[in-house]
Amino acid sequence: LCAAADLQKDLSEMVKKDKVVVFMKGTPAQPMCGFSNAVVQILRMHGVDNYAAYNVLEDQDLRQGVKVFSNWPTIPQVYFNGEFVGGCDILLQMHQNGDLVEELKKLGIQS
Amino acid sequence: MATADHIKEKLIKELAAVHVDVEDTSPNRCAASFKVLVVSPQFEGKALLQRHRMVNTCLAEELKEIHAFEQKTLTPEQWEKQMSQ
Repeated sequence: LCAAADLQKDLSEMVKKDKVVVFMKGTPAQPMCGFSNAVVQILRMHGVDNYAAYNVLEDQDLRQGVKVFSNWPTIPQVYFNGEFVGGCDILLQMHQNGDLVEELKKLGIQS
Repeated sequence: MATADHIKEKLIKELAAVHVDVEDTSPNRCAASFKVLVVSPQFEGKALLQRHRMVNTCLAEELKEIHAFEQKTLTPEQWEKQMSQ
């Protein structure tokens, strides 16, 4: 129980440490799931190269813990400026409707 | 067991959805997977993240045994616009 509480505290720091944070299956260089790959490709398309990516397949506690932390049932999960943005579907729709460019601009990232 | 019919019924009942498409994508993957389109007046005035959270909450029990889940959430107005394109 104590370890779980520590992880939640760690997570709140992890998502704030970098402007863009992604929890995914695999790594940006080698995504292990189509949905995680989609997020990596969308970010790449917008010129976002420097982001923190955490591989949930390497850590089962992280895999469960991040779902609790975000109150979101699936992986991947994307954070901008410490705030939960959504999963793959949401990022894709933001990419399609132009919202993603605006959100990245707020982070100082020019698409 | 989460089935397409069960998911559809639940979304219609709990989110007052006026249109629901549920595609069972399990054959393409290694476990139960679904792709849904939900059209509900309850999405009006709500941000994308909020809408998706509504669907996730509605299907919280089912999602525990679903491996992959894709969703699209539209208001009736957005849906009509999309249909007429």
